[in-house]
Amino acid sequence: MTGLGKDLVGLEPLSADQLRLILDTAEPFKEVSERQIKKVPALRGKTIVNLFFEASTRTRISFEFAEKRLSADTVNVAASGSSVSKGETLVDTAKNLEAMRIDMVVIRHGSSGAASFLGQRIASNVINAGDGKHEHPTQGLLDMLTLRDRFKRLQGLKVAICGDVLHSRVARSNIWGLTKLGAEVGVCGPPPLLPRNIEELGVTILPRIEDAIAWADALNILRLQLERMTAGFIPSLREYNRVFGVTTERLKKAPKDLLILHPGPMNRGVEIDSDVADGEHSVILPQVTNGVAVRMAVLYLLAGGRPGPQQAAGGEEA
Amino acid sequence: MTARTQLLDDRAIGRALVRMASEIVERCGGTTDVVLVGIQRRGVELAQRLKRLIDAAEKTDLPTGKLDITLYRDDLQTIGPRPVVGETSLPDLEGRTVVIVDDVLYTGRTVRAALDEVTDFGRPRRVLLCVLVDRGGRELPIQADVIGTTVSLTATDRVDVLLSERDGRDVVELVRAPAE
Repeated sequence: MTGLGKDLVGLEPLSADQLRLILDTAEPFKEVSERQIKKVPALRGKTIVNLFFEASTRTRISFEFAEKRLSADTVNVAASGSSVSKGETLVDTAKNLEAMRIDMVVIRHGSSGAASFLGQRIASNVINAGDGKHEHPTQGLLDMLTLRDRFKRLQGLKVAICGDVLHSRVARSNIWGLTKLGAEVGVCGPPPLLPRNIEELGVTILPRIEDAIAWADALNILRLQLERMTAGFIPSLREYNRVFGVTTERLKKAPKDLLILHPGPMNRGVEIDSDVADGEHSVILPQVTNGVAVRMAVLYLLAGGRPGPQQAAGGEEA
Repeated sequence: MTARTQLLDDRAIGRALVRMASEIVERCGGTTDVVLVGIQRRGVELAQRLKRLIDAAEKTDLPTGKLDITLYRDDLQTIGPRPVVGETSLPDLEGRTVVIVDDVLYTGRTVRAALDEVTDFGRPRRVLLCVLVDRGGRELPIQADVIGTTVSLTATDRVDVLLSERDGRDVVELVRAPAE
């Protein structure tokens, strides 16, 4: 059996088997969140620090629910109001936390590679909750789980990632994860927002949003990351919506019904229109539900540290 | 080479289940408010078989459930996560007589975990334990109420329960490691 190793820094280093292990493990965790008592004792006594150097609502709360539903003890550290704002380095912050005997760190950071850098320097498990423009592996996994739920397969599925691919760690995690499990990935966006040589990752470039709608089974619509745009990427938000916005009128021309994903938070009326976001083919809220299950699976698999033994053919009880 | 010895063949398993089904009804004083809960994986199939036997004999329709205790185990640290966590789906347990069904009773740790998990789903009036094979070797003060067969084995021995639903045939085998 394949384990996950010590850290989850991205989907790029994972094998197809490891990706399937996480998605399969997430299935039973969905049910835990439907129980009256939404809690199992699997990670009882584990201490997990959520170290967030960038603003986050959905991801941080989703991780926190996942941790609490596995009975772990959690502490949240935000960059503002902590010694980080006094100039402490990332490694010093983490080593100080380790000195208080923690087991895992969930980190979000503005610099690409921060999670991997930290993972190599501390003994605790490190989970990447988004590092710069690099990866956001649990978001990629929850998108894959949501797609698999609806289509019952990923092999051969056509997924178009639309919008601000350049600034998007979600896009990169999706590309790595989906292609490893046999899906076809297309990217669509204004040329300044597509990374140079992106086709080397094995994706198809779809120049116009109409091309993406005609080609895909599902659209993963990215947020226009206004906070990362210094200048000059797009003329205006209205212009962007006019040319690249996913609207009901455009979707009507599709040869089939497209599944609509969005990692949130949405800019309604910019990259996605409200009637699409709230429409019958939108799985934006199921994505959020699946996020908790996927994060529980990742925490659970990393906590054990190594894979379990092959179970005996018979029903031997341990 | 490991040696395999047959403990129960398909007919012996069938006879044991018929007896266990009637013992469950006897112990519960009927079938009112009885729920059969199988522990993943083979306990689930055994619970289904017991349900069919009891339903036929008592003209009833017993509710059943399945329980995966993986997340309630106490050995995540020592042996690591199990590769696949199975499904848990339980009917209402509040005030019911819950009969936990499993294939083999050994250390008792699975049952301990199952008791913890069941109480997170509700407060049964009473809980019974029903196993096809009690192989001894308990590490916790736990005993079964309804037992198919009892064998006394050493720690190196293993009991394999194969069921036709999952394995294509019904047999209980003792697997004995070679002497060093």
